[in-house]
Amino acid sequence: MSILGTRVVRTEDPLFLTRGAVYTDDLTDERLTGALHATFVRSDVAHGTVTSVDASAAREAPGVVAVYTAEDLGDLQPVPPPLPFLDAGFSRPWLVPVGGRVHFVGDLVAVVLTEERYQGEDAAEQVVVDIDPLPAVVTTKAAATDEVVLFPEVGTNKVAAFGEPAPEDFFADCEVVVRREIVNQRVAAAPLETRAASAAWGEDGRVTIWCTNQGAQQAKGQIAGWLGLDPALVHLITPDVGGGFGAKIGADQEYAFVAWLAQQVGRPVRWSESRSENMTGMLQGRAQDQVVTIGGSRDGKVTAYSLEVTQDCGAYPRIGTVLPTLTMLMAAAVYDIPKVHAQATCYATNGTSIGAYRGAGRPEATAAVERAMDLFAAEIGMDPAEVRRINFIPTFTEPVQTASGATYDSGDYEAALDRVLEAAGYAELRAEQARRRERGDVRQLGIGVSAYVEITGADSGHGTSENAELEVHPDGTATVLTGTSPHGQGHATTWAMLASEQLGIPVEKITVLHGDTDRIPDGGGTMGSRSLQQGGAAVHQAAVELVEVARKRAAELLEANPDDLEVDLANAGLSVKGTPGVGVTWAQLAADEQLIVQTTFTANAPTFPFGAHVAVVMTDVESGKAVVTRLVTVDDAGTIINPLLAEGQRHGGIAQGVGQALLEEILYDEDGNPQTSTFADYPFVSATELPSFELVEMATPTPMNPLGAKGIGEAGTIGSTPAVQSAVVDSVAHLGVRHVDMPATSMRVWRAIREAQNSGAQKGSTN
Amino acid sequence: MQVSMTVNGQQRTDEVEPRTLLAHHLRDNLGLTATNIGCDSTSCGACTVIVDGLTVKSCTVLALQAEGSQVTTLEGLSTDGELHPVQAAFRSEHGLQCGFCTSGMVMAAVGVLADNPTPTDREVREGLEGNLCRCTGYHNIVRAVLKAAESGPAAGQVPGAQQEVSA
Repeated sequence: MSILGTRVVRTEDPLFLTRGAVYTDDLTDERLTGALHATFVRSDVAHGTVTSVDASAAREAPGVVAVYTAEDLGDLQPVPPPLPFLDAGFSRPWLVPVGGRVHFVGDLVAVVLTEERYQGEDAAEQVVVDIDPLPAVVTTKAAATDEVVLFPEVGTNKVAAFGEPAPEDFFADCEVVVRREIVNQRVAAAPLETRAASAAWGEDGRVTIWCTNQGAQQAKGQIAGWLGLDPALVHLITPDVGGGFGAKIGADQEYAFVAWLAQQVGRPVRWSESRSENMTGMLQGRAQDQVVTIGGSRDGKVTAYSLEVTQDCGAYPRIGTVLPTLTMLMAAAVYDIPKVHAQATCYATNGTSIGAYRGAGRPEATAAVERAMDLFAAEIGMDPAEVRRINFIPTFTEPVQTASGATYDSGDYEAALDRVLEAAGYAELRAEQARRRERGDVRQLGIGVSAYVEITGADSGHGTSENAELEVHPDGTATVLTGTSPHGQGHATTWAMLASEQLGIPVEKITVLHGDTDRIPDGGGTMGSRSLQQGGAAVHQAAVELVEVARKRAAELLEANPDDLEVDLANAGLSVKGTPGVGVTWAQLAADEQLIVQTTFTANAPTFPFGAHVAVVMTDVESGKAVVTRLVTVDDAGTIINPLLAEGQRHGGIAQGVGQALLEEILYDEDGNPQTSTFADYPFVSATELPSFELVEMATPTPMNPLGAKGIGEAGTIGSTPAVQSAVVDSVAHLGVRHVDMPATSMRVWRAIREAQNSGAQKGSTN
Repeated sequence: MQVSMTVNGQQRTDEVEPRTLLAHHLRDNLGLTATNIGCDSTSCGACTVIVDGLTVKSCTVLALQAEGSQVTTLEGLSTDGELHPVQAAFRSEHGLQCGFCTSGMVMAAVGVLADNPTPTDREVREGLEGNLCRCTGYHNIVRAVLKAAESGPAAGQVPGAQQEVSA
């Protein structure tokens, strides 16, 4: 029986559950013996000119070995923006010098090295930084005016623009047109493990850097580039990683700084940030203001759709600057709309820089079009599920090109919707909603329906390729080396399953290694839901190739025809077909000559998982508080290798979507001061705010890789966010509410009800 | 200052600064790094350990406050290589992904089950409200705790503890 498709429990877990995983701050590597602790001094002003930095007292503080300010940086050059087409004027200094500008609360001004952890916090407080405040640019609307320009040498806050305005007559032939400004708010990725890095230089002139990240090879390349080091001198190791969600893609400047500091002082250095430091320093996500315009006929057919995105890049443009291009690519989503327009303009603001967060550009596309569909449905008085059904791209098994330029691999969107509506008992939910409305209950039921398609395994800087090395050892065990970078996804288990499927070696005897650039020089890391379809497919390919190598070797040993040999599970090796037991074991095959395969798998193209979600909320119309009572989801990611882990990915994704829809938002005051920089202030979604989820199965294999697998890491978030938002709006729709921005907090919902009632009353009085 | 406590059944006496948090003492002085620190506002619960039968967020307790106490961390939960019922259930139900919240979550779950050996789904959620997880959406954590409850009173006990455990 195939091991694929079975619920194999994780091989990682026994250690994680008894001794704990080993994260960067847990390391006891002997190379880090005597390491100094780095503590950064950060700006507490969002925008301003540094007038003085006095580190003299800090240098005398107990345990202080060194304090660095901008004067002490030697020939370190500012870090340019990550994309070649961005103005170099947006470069980020390592430490903001006297006379220079700080651009967000959290910008780096000085760094302290101490013998002990606590001494660092004490000494950092002794660094006196004076900053002359400038007006802060907190919103993209303010940024767009250029009344205050963050980087005078650039001359504008506009960082990038993609696409052109829609033609004036774009909606001219539509019977109904609805336009709406909506907010896809700034949120924190908030992995439970904050950022951390350690570095030690060897006598051979090489540096070993340990840091928490989602791809060692990319992080190494960035750090070497920023420090002007020969990449051959950098050995980067990724220990266990406590969550990433996109915010740990690549390296952060602090990681490189730790390596530079270790070289300067000639001692190993380690750094681990606090949560409040993380909530201002780590890349954040989403942060789009959107304008959707949707037009069509009263019979429910949508014929034109426009999405205008204004992206907040934060202070120093990072990868978030180009994520709107993914939003644009996926603008049409699951719908067959004849005319689709999308454009984006990106601005620098005095906030934390924006990067990728679970879904990274695609949730924003889905949220926009799903809101638009609901608004259109409300305008023409049609059931939102029905409007979606009318406009779906019909079932397809051959690739389909959309109006916004994507080529989808396979999809059956109506089937996904049908399944989720049936599982949710949609008709009965509507009936219950009608009864509650009829009675005028305080607690009103809302039903949100979303349909989505997203792109996974897109080129995120490593093409659509991934590498794998597979070796069978003389003791009958095997080792897999992968260029993917798990941080909770369970690659050690799933990659072992893929090898086991071909070799018959039990998963417990297969070790999966990742995240060591000396052993695995090339790899694309884990992001964009690429790992299984590329990294997993590479492991599968390596295992298939290894069996062929073994078959030839066994044929010589047995003096048999290679075609007559097959993998023999019972004897852990190869046997002559039809005569199990007559053959050679893996141990014998690997005894005299290394039995190893290195291979690269290249996917033809990205894949497009899809699904449909139904969210049910109960809203107290007196307080505005909405509680999610059910979440029913279809998430079709093609062939599933390990359902236990795939479900886990869905669960986590769904929960983060609920978090964004109902609770979470990074807030600044008018001066750019963060209002949500601890977990006491930031409403990270907790167990009490969620129901158990109802997952419905559906699997449409992709032709793009031999596994038939699509990505599953981000799908849950993409589907649940608009479903929950829609459910909240639906719960108060009978009171006249058409839209509530995320997060749909009690206050927002309460206000929306009041505004709808006031506007209804005004209308009534003028009629 | 000197501080003495019994950690996972072993008597430990160490020199600490008065301000040393129990979490840092466990991690940095005793090398027990399963206990993690995920926030600085007593919000996330990654640092939850059991002190004298009570689940405690060890980032909010000074090491000195644990003087003379019995402290159990994740490392002390299994006996003779056999997983504690809560650990076993977290594995079988896939109640962990990145693992960062897991130590605190498992210890908190032991406390929940000590107080209420047969909780409902909702009671588990309320019991774990002070423990945050970003990976699992809590779904499988709740399932794991309910599964552990099936194994009886042992799920709410720690090895060798003299006192009853309580959340």
